[in-house]
Amino acid sequence: MKALVAVKRVVDYNVKVRAKSDGSDVELNNVKMAINPFCEIAVEEAVRLKEAGTVSEIVVVSVGDKSCQEQIRTALALGADRGIHVEVDGRPEPLEIAKLLKGVVAREEPQLVIMGKQSIDGDNNQTGQMLAALTGMPQGTFASEIKVDGDKLHVTREVDGGLQTLALTLPAVVTTDLRLNEPRYASLPNIMKAKKKPLDVVSPDELSVAVTSHVTQLSVAPPPERSAGIKVEDVAQLVDKLKNEAKVIS
Amino acid sequence: MKTLVIAEHDNASLKPATLNAVAAASALGGDIDILVAGGDCAAAAEAAAKIPGVTNVLVADNAAYAHQLAENVALLAAEVAAAYDNVLAAATAGGKNLMPRVAALLDVAQISDIISVEGPDTFKRPIYAGNVIATVQSQDPKKVITVRSTAFDGVPADGGSASVTAVDVVHDAGVSTFVGEEVAESDRPELTAASVVISGGRGMQNGDNFKLLEGIADKLGAAIGASRAAVDAGFVPNDYQVGQTGKIVAPDLYIAVGISGAIQHLAGMKDSKVIVAINKDEDAPIFQVADYGLVADLFAALPELEAAI
Repeated sequence: MKALVAVKRVVDYNVKVRAKSDGSDVELNNVKMAINPFCEIAVEEAVRLKEAGTVSEIVVVSVGDKSCQEQIRTALALGADRGIHVEVDGRPEPLEIAKLLKGVVAREEPQLVIMGKQSIDGDNNQTGQMLAALTGMPQGTFASEIKVDGDKLHVTREVDGGLQTLALTLPAVVTTDLRLNEPRYASLPNIMKAKKKPLDVVSPDELSVAVTSHVTQLSVAPPPERSAGIKVEDVAQLVDKLKNEAKVIS
Repeated sequence: MKTLVIAEHDNASLKPATLNAVAAASALGGDIDILVAGGDCAAAAEAAAKIPGVTNVLVADNAAYAHQLAENVALLAAEVAAAYDNVLAAATAGGKNLMPRVAALLDVAQISDIISVEGPDTFKRPIYAGNVIATVQSQDPKKVITVRSTAFDGVPADGGSASVTAVDVVHDAGVSTFVGEEVAESDRPELTAASVVISGGRGMQNGDNFKLLEGIADKLGAAIGASRAAVDAGFVPNDYQVGQTGKIVAPDLYIAVGISGAIQHLAGMKDSKVIVAINKDEDAPIFQVADYGLVADLFAALPELEAAI
């Protein structure tokens, strides 16, 4: 079966992002960018399914400006077969990305779509569910294990009380959680090979999507600062402070 | 203005996060109705009808909704939403799974994880692991919103007497089925609702050592949490994880044990009222947000702490 994996270019997870002092936006100049960690897990899962013989071809797609081709190449170096770049300037919203991905799904007809559960920039956790809704596909969100069983997909999901397993009819959308796998590193030869793998660029027009905006970001600000408190000498002093100063235990 | 709150429940009972979502709905103003979609969920519906400030409880009680599969409930919620200006749910695993599907069916954006209501269409929400708070304005005629529970004090669970109306619409998309679940049984309070949380990190070294936290948790009536590192290492199950992509907690007292304090962990607990950090590395970033820091070997400090409280 064919797998479609969606990836996003985001600020590297080690970077502590700050609001600009005028509150107009976040400071993204000269900040290290990377593939969203959850998307990396999605790529890895598709590659493992291909290695197991379940998946025959992995198509990786990213929505964004030209620079996101870098993250498509990263996915190709990890084992995806070809790339699709949906070229959109600015920061398209989750619903618009889902509509564009729906257009890609209509062209590629994958049996399985794997994507990250959320991107670590907007922290929205929406796109996979929205794509599933727009295409009428079932969704296996926050997946920690997936297993293809004939025309069904068994998805174990991380939910508030523990784990839940669902059986979904293929084609289906899966969004990855942290425990699904541990992504590999791309080897140098694979990075070189990835440069030669096919990468198509398509416009929203070609996918019959008019990208619009539903939400305006009015301003950004740093969260209330929390200042460091004091160091206590020992457990006795800690308990005394908690009882008599903070009064949080009795 | 009319707001529909989607109840968080397990058919037998209503989850406290529903009360936080109703609080956010109250901040929006106008009438509030609650949708309880489940199977044999009369008890949850009755509980919802007792929430003060709620006008009507809509109950869709059908086997198709028993496990609250997003494919089925989203079709129902999108249909019911026609009569409302806002659709809200708590940003729990259930709410996060369902609501974007509802929003897409309605062709509107979702505003995720709001922490305040600034106006009928304007909200604050954390982005970049809570390092930035964005103020956003929706242009959509209908707003689909998930609510960060810790940012809104829950309304009381009792005192109201809403009417209860059955919704007979049955949507079964027929593309998903429930196979099973592994739900941890615990007498401790729910992590996201507990007034005291004690969490362990990589410094705990293994799952057995979490027993050192249990004695203290029992004495304080605390819930037990963990950092991602401890969950990834298999010390404890996934539902213990506190952080950007795990659970968000804001108890009166948060005790971080053997947790270094990565940005992603801080995102899940830094709104706690009082933070205690116990770590043998005095340079650990967790001390920068801790009200009381104890530089000590946790294996010596924990038994001492348990004895002292």
